[in-house]
Amino acid sequence: MSTTTGTSTIVLRGRKVVGGIAEGEALVTTERISGWGGIDPRTGSVIETRHPLRGVSFAGKVLVFPGAKGSSGWSNQFHMTRLMGTAPAALLFNEMTTKIALGAVVTRAPALTGFDQDPLQVIRTGDWVRVDAERGIVEVTRRSTDE
Amino acid sequence: MRLNDDEKAMLDGRDGAAVSKAMDLLVRYGDALGAERLVDTRNVCGTVSASTPFMRDFALQKGGMDAVFSEFNLDSDTVVEVPPVKVYSTHLQLGFDPNEAQRMGIAEEVVQFYRKGEAFTAGRGVQLGNTCTPYQVGNVPTRGEHCAWMESSAVVYCNSVLGGRINTEGRESTGAAMLTGKIPYWGYHLDENRRGTHLVELDIDLESTFEWGLLGYWMGELVQERVPVVVARGGRFLKAPNLQRLKHFGAAASSSGGVEMYHLVGVTPEAPTVEEALGGNRPVQRLRFGEAERRATWDKLNSTARDHEVDYVMLGCPHYSIEQIWEACQLLQGRKVHENSSLWIFTPRAIKALADQNGYTRIIEDAGGHLMSDTCSAMSRAMPQGTKVAALDSAKHAHYLPAIMGVQAWFGTTADCIDAACTGRWNGRLA
Repeated sequence: MSTTTGTSTIVLRGRKVVGGIAEGEALVTTERISGWGGIDPRTGSVIETRHPLRGVSFAGKVLVFPGAKGSSGWSNQFHMTRLMGTAPAALLFNEMTTKIALGAVVTRAPALTGFDQDPLQVIRTGDWVRVDAERGIVEVTRRSTDE
Repeated sequence: MRLNDDEKAMLDGRDGAAVSKAMDLLVRYGDALGAERLVDTRNVCGTVSASTPFMRDFALQKGGMDAVFSEFNLDSDTVVEVPPVKVYSTHLQLGFDPNEAQRMGIAEEVVQFYRKGEAFTAGRGVQLGNTCTPYQVGNVPTRGEHCAWMESSAVVYCNSVLGGRINTEGRESTGAAMLTGKIPYWGYHLDENRRGTHLVELDIDLESTFEWGLLGYWMGELVQERVPVVVARGGRFLKAPNLQRLKHFGAAASSSGGVEMYHLVGVTPEAPTVEEALGGNRPVQRLRFGEAERRATWDKLNSTARDHEVDYVMLGCPHYSIEQIWEACQLLQGRKVHENSSLWIFTPRAIKALADQNGYTRIIEDAGGHLMSDTCSAMSRAMPQGTKVAALDSAKHAHYLPAIMGVQAWFGTTADCIDAACTGRWNGRLA
């Protein structure tokens, strides 16, 4: 396979959780994310001790993750990221819970779930992702330095 | 989301701007979940306080407690005047203990501001329980009661132990529920989602809060947000675990994972038998918990700990029961907290009053420890000055405190922790 000519686009379809359109670089994790005690809204980064994204910032990124876990402070912590300017650009996730639904609503970032393909398999960190939550469409453009 | 006429009228402003904003949030939230409708609730536990520096500054700049409630409890862009709550509402834990502000390093002006906020909260009819364990201080839902609570450890207790119907709500949804008496009818409010999905078989008997914490932490990581059905060794629990054991168990399972409901066969109300707990589901996984799993979980929970000099022992996550305070007093009797260490114990304010009455507060203070209320070190980010190594008897706290405060944490039994406080050294090991 040629790796020199950059860009192929993959399209995923999902269900709207929060409307809107956004794009950005993907940040993908196969681990669920805690809100309170799991992120620091001041920096928009993950702080959970054994989390693979520990120390990594999701600010302005399209965050691709299985779902939420942990404290009921989830929504409040992501609410804070919006007020502190460190919110993700969009949220793409697989598992619907009250934590993540409310968190997505108050973060007001476009959000989708219930995809026709598993975003954790398809999207890689660094890909460019355009999210049209109104139409339920995610366009993924591979980073040109792909393997 | 389908709204009934009453709900539509609330949305359209019949009951004022704040109720309209509350209904607007519930509709957005319900749509996000994919819920079809709302359900009535008469039991809400949430937080409306502004006890962190960020919240206080927000209040000072944007228009006081109405502004805080509008933004953080209703997700409203405009500041609305907050009316009295419509249904029974209890306040959860806070960012500090206002009666121990100095010890916690909280400035006097922050306390002054908090006192005003407290008056606002009480004035709107919210009960100042100020605890993560409302079920310890009088808010005890009945089986089948639809509730809207925050606090994952309380939610899992309500669903599993009490048989209440509840999802893990957040600050915004509980704020909206306080003003409307409504919450999305989704998740654990419905029968079909309360049935077990995973089978967990125990190869060992569990006695203490410590052992139940280990099981909960191990189980939560494996089942995440699903519904485990726990079967005792030999099929039957020889001793039913009491309130504090299940408090620690659920808290641990909702920290390492997102467990909001579990069944203990023969113990919890919706699990008289394995079959009834599963409700016709075929378990997606069968898990076994024995000596190897117990040991690996202990290692995981102690993974941040290196140094054996313990600066700080914190007990009371979730807030200690009066029985746990009594036990701590027995362990402390005749001993003194080491000069290089500190002991802080956290409990609901109402239980602190009982501890005062029983003479327990005095015993703890005479030994050099402190019995405090309303908060904990993870919520308040307050620890004795210079703390680098903490010792904890809560798996939940061992999960969170190192992440939030950057300290090392030892996890052990209550006796290990009291011993560490009195010797200044960690000698706990897995028996």
